Amino acid sequence: MPNKLLNTGCKELRDKIASGQIKSITATQTVFDAIEKYEPAIGAYISTFKEQALAKAGEIDNKIAAGEPVGQLAGVPVAIKDNMCTTFGATTCASKILENFHAPYNATVVEKLLTADAVIIGKTNLDEFAMGSSTENSGLKKTVNPWDTNRVPGGSSGGSAAAVASRLCFAALGSDTGGSIRQPASLCGVVGLKPTYGRVSRFGLVAFGSSLDQIGPVTRTVADSALMMDVIAGHDPADSTSVDEAAAPVCDYLEKIDEPVEKLKIAVVPQFNAGADKQVQKSIADAIDVYKKLGADIIEINMPHLDYAIAAYYIIATAEASSNLARYDGVHYGHRTENPKDYIEVYSKSRAEAFGKEVKRRIMLGTYALSSGYYDAYYLKALKVRNLIRGDFTDAFEKCDCIVMPVSPTTAFKIGEKIDDPLTMYLSDIYTIAANLAGIPAISIPCGFDNNNLPIGLQILAPAFAEDKLLRIARMYENQTDWYKRKPPMIS
Amino acid sequence: MVEKIDQAQVKKVAKLSRLQLSDAEVDEFTHQLSAVLGYMEKLNELDTTDVEPLAHCLPITNVFREDKIKESLGTEKTLANAPQRDGDFFKVPKILDDSSGA
Repeated sequence: MPNKLLNTGCKELRDKIASGQIKSITATQTVFDAIEKYEPAIGAYISTFKEQALAKAGEIDNKIAAGEPVGQLAGVPVAIKDNMCTTFGATTCASKILENFHAPYNATVVEKLLTADAVIIGKTNLDEFAMGSSTENSGLKKTVNPWDTNRVPGGSSGGSAAAVASRLCFAALGSDTGGSIRQPASLCGVVGLKPTYGRVSRFGLVAFGSSLDQIGPVTRTVADSALMMDVIAGHDPADSTSVDEAAAPVCDYLEKIDEPVEKLKIAVVPQFNAGADKQVQKSIADAIDVYKKLGADIIEINMPHLDYAIAAYYIIATAEASSNLARYDGVHYGHRTENPKDYIEVYSKSRAEAFGKEVKRRIMLGTYALSSGYYDAYYLKALKVRNLIRGDFTDAFEKCDCIVMPVSPTTAFKIGEKIDDPLTMYLSDIYTIAANLAGIPAISIPCGFDNNNLPIGLQILAPAFAEDKLLRIARMYENQTDWYKRKPPMIS
Repeated sequence: MVEKIDQAQVKKVAKLSRLQLSDAEVDEFTHQLSAVLGYMEKLNELDTTDVEPLAHCLPITNVFREDKIKESLGTEKTLANAPQRDGDFFKVPKILDDSSGA
């Protein structure tokens, strides 16, 4: 019964493994059988670790057989985005510049997964250095949307979302700088959570936009998302921007997941939502009706600065990226050009040969925005607008528990459709990037399908460090609907 | 249409970015970056005279720890990914020109 097994939730699987009803080695082998069958068509993984995973699964089964205590993800096969450092396999960021890079340490989230006895089965594809909204910018491979293989899975965590949707793992980690967890989750019909900035350690996450980057789970259900947060959230002395738990305590997210939020007040931003496709708007309206029936109070608010989020974001994110990616110098690690004529060429040719076009564009844009004569007009201006956008959220959360809106203005678009037009690609991030600028948590959950049977996602945004409430609110909807149970037709 | 950024500027930014671009890339990036920078003009619709810049969305303070020696990566791990090494050093091409008279 491999299909039934692969549809099992993380918590249920963990409990069945821990109680000896299912062997982790069986679950892991079943996942690798599915990978063998579907991965050639989907292309979700950059690397897989079959031998290592089966050995780890066996170890966990032995621990359980010996009556030893096991972790919260005991024996559960999970995947991680390939921009998180691992001492096993390569850490490529889907870039030719890091194709053969072997990290000397594990990211904190990887250590946490291992401590929780998860079985890490592979590392998933992404847009190079997480820069993109379609995973088409991967320098190493192509990932397609399991709901329609002519379409993109979204990005940049497209491999993680495609893998979870195709049942090629039970849960995955992604990273979200401007929507890179939520948008692919929406386009692939799964759940994606971007936690509050500082809630999850970024140590060992290869940096893109350091004031925006955050790691979070991609799962099939809200409950699984809560379980993953229980494992990965928390302060880390190795990340100076990770938040002190005395200031913002980490909750037991899964334990409270089925407690509905009383007197729930939801805000919508009508003028902002009007930019989405009609079918997306309809699904969001239907989702709001579900909350109304549950007794929620719906209010309409105005957030005047949201329309400026894309412009501000693409200055700030690229400025930070241009600085962060200066470390790829062809000297310490990564690709070095052959026969440089001088030391400048070690940098400029190594980088030119191994970075893809989108990475080059963003480095250029960020360098320009930070350069003498343009700093005030672009970078400083963007930081001021960022403050206005955060102010919109502060004002909004005085009136409501959460804000709902689409995740993406459209469902999954065709491969190649936007790749030559960077501005159009950037504009597709309209609904997701404000949460990163404001540092607040936001989740994408399945809320319907369009006429082409492509998934639509509902986005819920909550105040900083209110992940517990956010997950409970999302769970209230999930309990009333069964969109999340659908799976791509190609997956038997 | 006047481009927001011209080829000479793109070449200058490429130099600052340490990216050796082909002529075709300079041409392509000039158009694409112009379109993006044109879109960013939108920010000028907002009056931000009295608005503080926000570089970080959470209150960030210096994080201190005791000045004690901790375990570090060590030479072998640090050099393991080096494109070229020479003993315990990263190896790079000659930086100073022999004819510099230095």
